[in-house]
Amino acid sequence: MTDLTQTQVRERIAARLASRHRKEKLFRGLGIASIAFGVLAVLVLFTDIISKGASAFVQTDIQLQVTYDPAELGIEQVDEESLAWANFDGVIRAALRERFPDVSGRRDKRELYSLVSNGAGFELRERLQNHPELLGKSETLWFNADDDVDTYVKSLSKSEDGFLGRTSEQKAQWILTLRESGELKKRFNTTFFTNGDSREPEQAGIRAALVGSLFTLLVTLVLSFPIGVAAAIYLEEFAPKNRWTDLIEVNINNLAAVPSIVFGLLGLAIFINFFELPRSAPLVGGLVLTLMTLPTIIISSRASLKSVPPSIREAAMGMGASRMQVVLHHVLPLAMPGMLTGAIIGMAQALGETAPLLMIGMVAFIVDVPHGVTDPSTVLPVQIFLWADSPERAFVERTSAAIMVLLAVLITMNTCAVWLRKKLERRW
Amino acid sequence: MTTMTLNAGEAGPAEDQTANPASESAVEQSAVKARAANTNIEVTGTVGSPFCDDAKLSMRNVNVFYGEAQAIHDVSLDIGRNQVVAMIGPSGCGKSTFLRSLNRMNDTIEGCRVEGELTLDGEAIYGPKVDVVPLRARVGMVFQKPNPFPKSIYDNVAYGPKIHGIASRRAELDEIVENSLRRAGLWNEVKDRLDKPGTGLSGGQQQRLCIARAIAVSPEVILMDEPCSALDPIATARIEELIDELRQNYTIAIVTHSMQQAARVSQRTAYFHLGKLVEVNDTETVFTNPEHELTEAYITGRFG
Repeated sequence: MTDLTQTQVRERIAARLASRHRKEKLFRGLGIASIAFGVLAVLVLFTDIISKGASAFVQTDIQLQVTYDPAELGIEQVDEESLAWANFDGVIRAALRERFPDVSGRRDKRELYSLVSNGAGFELRERLQNHPELLGKSETLWFNADDDVDTYVKSLSKSEDGFLGRTSEQKAQWILTLRESGELKKRFNTTFFTNGDSREPEQAGIRAALVGSLFTLLVTLVLSFPIGVAAAIYLEEFAPKNRWTDLIEVNINNLAAVPSIVFGLLGLAIFINFFELPRSAPLVGGLVLTLMTLPTIIISSRASLKSVPPSIREAAMGMGASRMQVVLHHVLPLAMPGMLTGAIIGMAQALGETAPLLMIGMVAFIVDVPHGVTDPSTVLPVQIFLWADSPERAFVERTSAAIMVLLAVLITMNTCAVWLRKKLERRW
Repeated sequence: MTTMTLNAGEAGPAEDQTANPASESAVEQSAVKARAANTNIEVTGTVGSPFCDDAKLSMRNVNVFYGEAQAIHDVSLDIGRNQVVAMIGPSGCGKSTFLRSLNRMNDTIEGCRVEGELTLDGEAIYGPKVDVVPLRARVGMVFQKPNPFPKSIYDNVAYGPKIHGIASRRAELDEIVENSLRRAGLWNEVKDRLDKPGTGLSGGQQQRLCIARAIAVSPEVILMDEPCSALDPIATARIEELIDELRQNYTIAIVTHSMQQAARVSQRTAYFHLGKLVEVNDTETVFTNPEHELTEAYITGRFG
């Protein structure tokens, strides 16, 4: 201690006061600026995605009067075999010809036929399969328009003339005619939610990818949560603190930092090449993502176990509870909210993961909605990647729409995490 | 007091002129304490009467180590049946460590090792075949900070009987809970809100809840580690009354920093100093006519 008078001490404090306040202000300003930047980035991202993707939720449909003419179809009765061979495209074409009787010449006719999606025939077949009594009768149905038509119609709402793109003047004329008579409308795009992937944008949907994602996440959750929690409990509550457990801890922390594509390579080498599990299957995807998520879950579970006050453990131990009882009755219920939050964040990470899944073949072109964990399938982020890569203009909006679906799932999961934590949290 | 002033005169920090009188005396005191704690008085064995005829707990040549560091040096002590033994001494003298080795709570501390002969009713506490679960049911514990489980008041008290399978029917359990809460003097205050969380009670009530929880499994010995240090004087007085009542049925070992408390509740007092048991005697003797120099220095407030 040097001999300072109280006045001297006060003077020294006062001299530094201004700079202390300035620093605090600066720090606050920086904080606000960084938050503002973050919010702005999110806003820009959302606006961009929503403005691009919102239009994908509507789809241009064309109304046609179709006649299930046995002669046109080339079948006698409705059964499995004849349906497979029936010429439904012919029925559609006939309906189009009927609507525009003036069109003649091969080129013009082909142009006319391309108004309607080439998936319309399949829709018609399904309809007849479900209602065999319709054979020989006629009815009015809505069909998906071709993606070029769709693009043109959607561009009409933006500018007077619209954007023709690959649509010819003549085709545009037909479209306008149909639109005026109410036979061409923009309707809610159910196809997007009921179909799998397709080369034709108007028939492409996210159903297969969404279901694939759910199966993959299911496998990941079922494997990684129990294993991760068990590992965390053992390491935190039971394991002796020695060199081996230190080594394990270091390794877990390192695993959390391993690039995800490495896990993909590992999955390819072990699960597919060695254990010969099916390629492109949610089972393998789930296994790979389990490896990737485990460190996250273990680390967050350990942290939440550590945050349980030791007084609770002592109290239970002092009552003569066994170690297992201490953990199950007291520590685990208090640590559960934190563990669940960690698990859901891990799951959200897994949901958005693409790289390791590319390595195990989940990047394949999958049309069918998978029915189990061993069916070939793809996942949402990979589907987004595939669509972003496609040349058709109509895939642009679908890519954004798929991103919106992915974000919606992610936000739902995070909301669940917050809700679970609030609900399970207990105060002491 | 005279010694204190004298010592302060010798000590350096009194030169400080700007400090106010209060802090000056604080500086003096801490200097005195420091010197007394580092005094060269050799503690050779325990003076007084560490042994008694009807011993419930008996410890012989107990040494406790935390890794390399030795926390307890060669302590021998008996705790008589239905007796309250108070353990006093300056912070860090090992009284809590000693207390916690009586029901093997030290087992959970990494690197803690207990040597010596500790017996409960003649049975070795640290025997190779001893299971800590029944041991801790026989030797209950109340901690410094009230630590009820984040559960209802009822579940707090019922927890012990449940895990040990003491009550088979709900009615039996209800009875145990009511009796325990009554004996802890808490029944009238909480009987209408047994389903409310135990953590919502006041500090003193929480500590009595912890005592009720401990006696719900009918232990033979209750260890109390500074049970009143987080409580106000009124709550403390209630707990002290309670300890006196509990003595009828239980053997109690209590660690305390309050010498008045030790004097009020205990029959025998053990004074610990730097991991050694300096003196054990009837509480009255310790406080009126201590045999050892260090005990006298401590109880007269010269350090500690």
